[in-house]
Amino acid sequence: MSRSTIALAQMNPALGDLERNLALHEKTAEEAIGRGAGLLVFPELSLTGYFLKDIVSSVALPLTSPILGRLRDLSRRIDLIIGLVEESPEHLFYNAALYLSMGEIRHVHRKVYLPTYGIFDEQRYLTEGSRIRTFQADIGRSAILICEDMWHPSAAGVASLDGMEILISPSASPGRGGLEEGRFFANARAWETINRAYAQLFTCYVLYINRVGYEDGACFWGGSEVIAPSGEPVAKAEYLSEQLLVAEIDPVEIRRARTANPLLRDERPDVTLRELERIQREGVR
Amino acid sequence: MIDLSLNCALVEQILTGFIANEVRKTGFGRVVLGLSGGVDSALSAYLGAKALGAENVLALLMPYRTSSPESREHAELVVKQLGIQSDLIEITPMVDAYFERFPEADQVRRGNKMARERMTILFDHSAKLQALVLGTSNKTELLLGYGTLYGDMASAINPLGDLYKTQARQLARHMGIPEVIVSKAPSGDLWVGQTDEAELGFTYEEVDRVLYLMVDRRCEIPELIAAGFDERFVRAVLAKVRSSQYKRRLPLIAKISARTIDRDFRYPRDWGK
Repeated sequence: MSRSTIALAQMNPALGDLERNLALHEKTAEEAIGRGAGLLVFPELSLTGYFLKDIVSSVALPLTSPILGRLRDLSRRIDLIIGLVEESPEHLFYNAALYLSMGEIRHVHRKVYLPTYGIFDEQRYLTEGSRIRTFQADIGRSAILICEDMWHPSAAGVASLDGMEILISPSASPGRGGLEEGRFFANARAWETINRAYAQLFTCYVLYINRVGYEDGACFWGGSEVIAPSGEPVAKAEYLSEQLLVAEIDPVEIRRARTANPLLRDERPDVTLRELERIQREGVR
Repeated sequence: MIDLSLNCALVEQILTGFIANEVRKTGFGRVVLGLSGGVDSALSAYLGAKALGAENVLALLMPYRTSSPESREHAELVVKQLGIQSDLIEITPMVDAYFERFPEADQVRRGNKMARERMTILFDHSAKLQALVLGTSNKTELLLGYGTLYGDMASAINPLGDLYKTQARQLARHMGIPEVIVSKAPSGDLWVGQTDEAELGFTYEEVDRVLYLMVDRRCEIPELIAAGFDERFVRAVLAKVRSSQYKRRLPLIAKISARTIDRDFRYPRDWGK
């Protein structure tokens, strides 16, 4: 597999306005195509905005929606990862991300871990996903973990054992705390630690796409980034402003990292599974 | 453990971004605020001017006859420094006309009336000029309930509401607000000689430290006492926070229907923006 140019859309969606956001996706895609990207990744809930509350049911889309048809058409020209509220045939609402390529929906990830604490209230409005799967993208074997999914190392660990070479994390992270002299948001610093650690521990690329803008006073901090399997940053977007971050990823870097640090080779899923079964049997969780 | 210092450049960027973003979402391009001569309203004016341009900020000076002349001088200094629009609207005739019927009214009632008189003038200008009312209440005042409900606590958007008083002062210095305004004793200027700290019974430096631990760090009372704070002081602060909770919420609505505003009818304010 050869090098790929990818683009991360650090954008500011309108809250609860599908048409406006769809137009924003199409405009951004034109720019990404112009800059030679083969994949364009949007943040979490990019079609709807984040703090939706009771708007959820009004902006939820079944996978057969004509709005997604427009994005499927667009995916004949550039691969897309977009965020939406997906309505299942059973009328359950999921915080989901879709991988669209060659006019088809080729992967759906439904957010597994729905934060419901502090400023978050997702379990009130949304249904938990229950699958963590890798999928074959043009850029390599990939997994999508949406925002809070990244705060559960077991999720990334499962994806890694499932063949993950590229970890894609669409997020909508509001900045919180830690703005003491000389410092940035505390949770942003934590994110940057996680992204570097995961890249290094799972010897994979990490594509972190965070949005910007304000919703009811909460400020999304941006700072999207691409981290190489060595743990080194490849590209980093500005904090707090809209930007299309374009970067190259090179599968040779995955090989190089895994040759130097054969952590994946030395994983012991048998031990992990046995111990998990024991823990479950003993009723600790 | 207690660090109330601020990355001022970054906080300024976040707050000016907040003002520009939230004002434009409403379809407005301007803000109006009451300028008292104190550090908080000066800071809101500076942030507003930086966010939207001086030409899009209107400051209203609304003195009562007992207001300190120094307050007015300081407000005029801010207007001059920023080059913002301003107007002087005396509230004495309206307030005095009302209290002619209630001559026995105490300082608190008179102070509240003044604050609410100013609020009605600000919201009238909001409609007149298509300008959002920019808030000036800081986190310390909001938590202690040290403000007039539907008076100075009323606004459309408030850039200062998550900054403690001592943090607002730091940001004010960073933004170049004249030291004479930043370092004077804070006062509601609702009666002659009033100062916040004499009325509250403690200094902002002291109370900000307790509030930071109590609110931001979720410390329980025994932890605060173990950290060396006087128990009576801590309990007095908590009592103020608890007894003023109603000021930080919408009025209670008696539930009748299947869907009641703010209970099970929950929409973000930026709905569709």
